[in-house]
Amino acid sequence: MENRPLEYDYTVAKMFMFATIALGIVGMLVGVILAFELAFPGVNTILGSGVAEYTNFSRLRPLHTDAIIFGFTLSGIFATWYYVGQRVLKVSMAESGLLMFLGKLHFWLYLVIVASVVVTLLAGITTSKEYAEFEWPIDIAVVIVWVVWGMSIFGLIGIRREKSLYISMWYYIATFLGIAMLYVFNNMEIPTILGTNGIGESGFGDWWHSVSMYAGANDAMVQWWYGHNAVAFGLTVPIVAMIYYFLPKESGQAIYSYKLSLLSFWGLMFVYIWAGGHHLIYSTIPDWVQTMASVFSVILILPSWGSAINMLLTMKGEWQQVASSPLIKFMVLGSTFYMFSTLEGPIQAIKSVNAIAHFTDWIVGHVHDGTLGWVGFMIMASLFHMAPRVFKREIYSKSLMATQFWIQTLGVVLYFTSMWIAGITQGMMWRAHDEFGNLAYSFIDTVTVLHPYYTIRAVGGTLYLVGFLLFSYNIYKTMSARPVEESELQNASPMGA
Amino acid sequence: MGIAELQGYGYVALTSLLVLILYGYIYHLYTKKRDSDGHDYEEYSNMALRDDIDDAPVSAISDDKEK
Repeated sequence: MENRPLEYDYTVAKMFMFATIALGIVGMLVGVILAFELAFPGVNTILGSGVAEYTNFSRLRPLHTDAIIFGFTLSGIFATWYYVGQRVLKVSMAESGLLMFLGKLHFWLYLVIVASVVVTLLAGITTSKEYAEFEWPIDIAVVIVWVVWGMSIFGLIGIRREKSLYISMWYYIATFLGIAMLYVFNNMEIPTILGTNGIGESGFGDWWHSVSMYAGANDAMVQWWYGHNAVAFGLTVPIVAMIYYFLPKESGQAIYSYKLSLLSFWGLMFVYIWAGGHHLIYSTIPDWVQTMASVFSVILILPSWGSAINMLLTMKGEWQQVASSPLIKFMVLGSTFYMFSTLEGPIQAIKSVNAIAHFTDWIVGHVHDGTLGWVGFMIMASLFHMAPRVFKREIYSKSLMATQFWIQTLGVVLYFTSMWIAGITQGMMWRAHDEFGNLAYSFIDTVTVLHPYYTIRAVGGTLYLVGFLLFSYNIYKTMSARPVEESELQNASPMGA
Repeated sequence: MGIAELQGYGYVALTSLLVLILYGYIYHLYTKKRDSDGHDYEEYSNMALRDDIDDAPVSAISDDKEK
């Protein structure tokens, strides 16, 4: 056997990078189609009324949300885990045949689930719980894949050379544990074929169909405990893991305060889990649950800003890098959008603000400044940082990256500003009444007023998608760009013109 | 004393305890500055900055085995 020096093995990271890009394109494309459907209802039947079932808003909407959350974002989390995990633990996956096998098994099983999700959602097979639409056979498969990922995480930790776990590792572990708990409890369900009715008949419905074990207000509370914490442990915690590794690494700057990172971690873990009830303010759940959710949402500003400010201060004395490197731009703007979004969320969770914001497009705007500005930017920045190290080639084009940055930033700004105006307009119009208490507007009045903002949103979404296609092209071309030396990869990523 | 009043006292006690733990942790971090292995917490940033496979770990597992 030839005696080669030990190297990190990025085989599995690479597989998940490709999945991130493919699922990102699918998820964002469907999102843009949906935005145009809302602005121009004719788009719902654009391929003819024969296939309207597959092109209408309600059928495509879960495909958009699930492709982005469980496709694009989750693949990004897995890709960065298989990269960062090895590096901060200083152990290569090549050192363990078992871990390599588990990593590949993880990827292929995940892909099977992705395929079955796409097929079932398009066929209209769904539990109808938001962000938990998968039916029971897929839920069981998800649990299996999650366990495989867990074995892979703790297996790598088990053979590590570095005794302490870097802060990003804590966040990845929290992602694993948090989602495991949330997913299992919210998806407790009984297949209908096992049910029996009052007169002893059984075997109802298709074999894949199920009903939730929770009902009424309990179902709502469990659902939003899950739903909001999917945002916590899927769209926040693992993305913080990314920025704590990739920003210091790319800029060559040590984290401003490692102690603050520890403190923010425990703060986030403790506070986030209580905030889900803010989705149910002014609904039929106990008043104290609503108040508690509102209070915890406001407290959540502290740990969120703890991490975000820590990241911005990491750039202290090195702000010229923001001007010179588009990669740093993505991360610094990502961190800024994280601050922005974690201030906006608590404001919306205050009861009096929620009276206007609830059910309006402002909520959709809030979600998207977080997902487009924070999650999307951080995942793309992480992949940009990884690409030269994984492919051992410089990033194909720096100017293309800068172009992408500005196109997407414009897209995000158009998206959230249009949704702010639309949402607040909508909220005010719904509440407006005359001196006798008669509503001043009917629903269609709001639809007419909102049309221009829906169009602006669709344009914003299109710009973001265009940027993502530029990103995909840049990564694709990177695979055949100029080869680089190991010494070029210390900090700032090498980039072509 | 009814259950609601008990819940009230319990809530205050639990909140105070958690606040004490949090501030205790902050006090600990900023006065001790080092963990039980004697490493300054800020050294741990180097786990990301010096993460090549042949870089020396900040605190190596093998050190433990030698002890």
